[in-house]
Amino acid sequence: MALDSKIPHGPISDKWTDYKDHINLVNPANKRNLDIIIVGTGLAGGSAAATLAEQGYNVKAFCFQDSPRRAHSIAAQGGINAAKNYKGDGDSVYRLFYDTVKGGDYRAREANVHRLAEVSANIIDQCVAQGVPLAREYGGLLDNRSFGGTLVSRTFYAQGQTGQQLLLGAYSAMNRQIGRGKIKMYNRHEMLDIVIVNGKARGIIARNLITGEIERHSAHAVVVGSGGYGNVFFLSTNAMGSNATAAWKIHKKGAFFANPCYTQIHPTCIPVSGDHQSKLTLMSESLRNDGRIWVPAKQEDAKAIREGKKKATDLSETERDYFLERRYPAFGNLVPRDVASRAAKERCDAGFGVNKTGEAVYLDFAAAIKRYGTEEAFVKGLDANDAALVTKLGAEIVKSKYGNLFQMYYKIVDEDPYTTPMMIYPAVHYTMGGTWVDYNLMTTIPGCFSIGESNFSDHGANRLGASALMQGLADGYFVLPYTIGDYLAPDIKMGEISTDLPEFVAAEKEVKDQIDRFINNKGTHSVDYFHKKLGKIMWDKVGMARNAKGLTEAIEEIAALREEFYKDVKVPGSANEFNQELEKATRVADFLELGELFAKDALHRNESCGGHFREEYQTEEGEALRDDENFAYVAAWEYKGKPSDAVLHKEPLVYENIKLVQRSYK
Amino acid sequence: MKLTLKIWRQKNAQDKGGIVDYPIDGIEPDMSFLEMLDVLNEQLINKGEEPVAFDHDCREGICGMCSLFINGEAHGPDRGVTTCQLHMRMFKDGDTIFIEPFRAKAFPVIKDLVVDRSSFDRIQHAGGFISVNTSGNTIDANTIPINKHDADKSFDAAACIGCGACVATCKNSSAMLFVSAKVSQYALLPQGKVEAVDRVLNMVHQMDLEGFGNCTNTGACEVECPKGISLENIARMNREYLSASLKG
Ligand SMILES: Cc1cc2nc3c(=O)[nH]c(=O)nc-3n(C[C@H](O)[C@H](O)[C@H](O)COP(=O)(O)OP(=O)(O)OC[C@H]3O[C@@H](n4cnc5c(N)ncnc54)[C@H](O)[C@@H]3O)c2cc1C
Ligand code: SF4
Ligand code: FES
Repeated sequence: MALDSKIPHGPISDKWTDYKDHINLVNPANKRNLDIIIVGTGLAGGSAAATLAEQGYNVKAFCFQDSPRRAHSIAAQGGINAAKNYKGDGDSVYRLFYDTVKGGDYRAREANVHRLAEVSANIIDQCVAQGVPLAREYGGLLDNRSFGGTLVSRTFYAQGQTGQQLLLGAYSAMNRQIGRGKIKMYNRHEMLDIVIVNGKARGIIARNLITGEIERHSAHAVVVGSGGYGNVFFLSTNAMGSNATAAWKIHKKGAFFANPCYTQIHPTCIPVSGDHQSKLTLMSESLRNDGRIWVPAKQEDAKAIREGKKKATDLSETERDYFLERRYPAFGNLVPRDVASRAAKERCDAGFGVNKTGEAVYLDFAAAIKRYGTEEAFVKGLDANDAALVTKLGAEIVKSKYGNLFQMYYKIVDEDPYTTPMMIYPAVHYTMGGTWVDYNLMTTIPGCFSIGESNFSDHGANRLGASALMQGLADGYFVLPYTIGDYLAPDIKMGEISTDLPEFVAAEKEVKDQIDRFINNKGTHSVDYFHKKLGKIMWDKVGMARNAKGLTEAIEEIAALREEFYKDVKVPGSANEFNQELEKATRVADFLELGELFAKDALHRNESCGGHFREEYQTEEGEALRDDENFAYVAAWEYKGKPSDAVLHKEPLVYENIKLVQRSYK
Repeated sequence: MKLTLKIWRQKNAQDKGGIVDYPIDGIEPDMSFLEMLDVLNEQLINKGEEPVAFDHDCREGICGMCSLFINGEAHGPDRGVTTCQLHMRMFKDGDTIFIEPFRAKAFPVIKDLVVDRSSFDRIQHAGGFISVNTSGNTIDANTIPINKHDADKSFDAAACIGCGACVATCKNSSAMLFVSAKVSQYALLPQGKVEAVDRVLNMVHQMDLEGFGNCTNTGACEVECPKGISLENIARMNREYLSASLKG
């Protein structure tokens, strides 16, 4: 099967407008005869559900949490980008487009990214109209801040809780439609398979997580907005429930999986503290606006700190190595995430790490506290030479900007970041890979769409800060509502789809068989035992830096672990009840397949780009070495029975508007 | 650390349920409370027993999914945190810890420590929104300037995570703090004014239907709220409600 990206013809800036002008529309009276299933109610699924319901479709929305408001999007901290140029610092649709393509290391699809930049400004207008309390300046206008990888302030935010506020906005829009009966909401339901009838997606099989009942749900189209698969690493910044099941199950039924190895490692997370650790906590990247990153300049100082003989504050300015400012003078602490993460790893690997395990660097606010404090003292006409006063005033300003993050850090680490620098280390954060979709956001299964983090389309090999929220809401509020109509237009006379069709029966049986197998397995180890083992293989061999040898080993080890899992996993309780271990088992089963494809994809990509760093391919200075000649394509994998047999399809990436150049932040 | 856990076990909504003792050892002060329960569950599974069911997802204090009544306090002894942010350093070696579900008529138990908080959703369906189309064809965001003070106050109210600690803490099982937070968020914004009257009437009506109790101004909710949602919001909601009733 050939991949058709369906990118419209014409100049980039007209593509989306022209496309909208020419697609098929569904008459409002016919929309109520069409059912749409939406799996996931994060920013992508939630905004899509609300908008499609408002347009008149019958929407059935699913999430595994007890309420749509708890989707993982709620945790996003830093902000959302939009090309509004409110600051007059030179931002524009083109510049946002350019930064995103460049930041993605030229592995994103130009047409999609341009569309994203075009609709970005509408997102802010929409959210503000819905009552999302974004940060304001004293004059009452919206405030902005800057984020890694860009030189303009285009990020809108709501303290350190931007995702929360945006999600609650989408949730409120959903609530309005639920109240009107246009959305039927299925909380605590997990999609466990897709149903395909005559080659088209026509429904899903879901498990009611409270009763354990397996249910059949039909629709004219299925939209998957199930989020990312970072939890394949076990430890990540994702919520504990985040999983790949919906995306993986559609992959097994025909949806190609694109660029699985593109994973973003976020530079500013709280380091691992012990074996008991269940997840990693992100400290928003916005902290890099004011925090300076450093390690001791001398190894012996680093050693003394690790042994508790010295403190960070004992080292003078000259005894510190501000390695980002040193290596990348133009962007300094604001280099993109992949660059910042690798630079931290490089210093720690070289013996300069500052926590017990040697895997942490400092993020220091002392300079910012002093700068803000001095400024404030001047403004208030107080004594700017009074160090204690300056520190107090400065700390207050820092608190107003990042207070909740500082509190979060304090609660976890038990150290006060106002007086001692934070310790941070990179952690798995966001997955740029996902189900392959065309310009319409449709997968290779007709009628099955994929939006938000679960698709692959807009970020390339690397994601700049504040762009995932933007993509989730763009897909859900503004893109899918057009493209799905174009697909559904011929279906208006179809009528309701029966769940008695043999395809539903067969899919349900498959799901029940898998569950019975887990419940009846008389194994000896818990699900987490296997998940942690998988995570360790992934981090050690498929993590921040990869090489052919490690990847080859990882592929074998994951396959072996999968076999062991099926033989030896123990799932207590029964199928017909609330059973959290069973939920985990079905998710980890899918991670154990995805992990292998992930490593296979990383192995075949003989280049370094963005979040994919192959040790064999780097410049003399240790920067990522891309190979545009041979790898400027999307790797889309077709499932053929097991991950090792997956077949590679290539979607060549054509850059008509942006010249491919080596990414440099020097 | 060595601890004795006294945990509420209840097979399902129909089951009567009761406290079961679990001694546990090797707990580190760095662990979060939920990681401590993970350790317990791993041990139970290895012994062939059923693990304790509890709700959780983000584990960073923002999704509102975790609950737990710990030693008689919603989210446990620490202030301004959710259960997932509570760390074992708050306890001492040898402690006995009582762990129970949030109890309220409007929050029926599903299993063990997991309760059903969908009554909160239904209150939101009744009016927790601003009725605008989601087409993006709205006015430029900066044409609705909002005084920073109001915007910040609105944000503070909007920071509620819907965890239900306020209900679990209240001797009347009142949902006033939660509902007033949403009412306040919109009442403070110009966008929310248009349908303010209907909103407060509908939400309060639904709150009563769900079986939440009345507010008697005890203030326990504010003390236990992990997000510092202020009682001021309840006062604001009462004002909104009163004026809406007079108009209504
Ligand atoms: C800590 C953190 C901070 C972040 N900060 C930022 C930031 O500042 N800016 C930014 O742009 N991005 C940020 N991101 C990234 C961003 O939050 C996510 O990429 C984005 O929210 C994903 O949205 P989504 O709608 O695609 O998926 P999610 O929000 O993950 O939603 C997934 C939905 O799918 C449902 N679901 C999943 N599987 C199933 C199934 N099988 N059956 C039924 N339902 C299912 C879930 O219940 C949920 O409703 C951050 C991410 C993290 C982890
Ligand atoms: S008001 Fe506080 S305690 Fe009540 S639901 Fe909201 S965050 Fe939880
Ligand atoms: S698990 Fe999300 S708030 Fe505790």
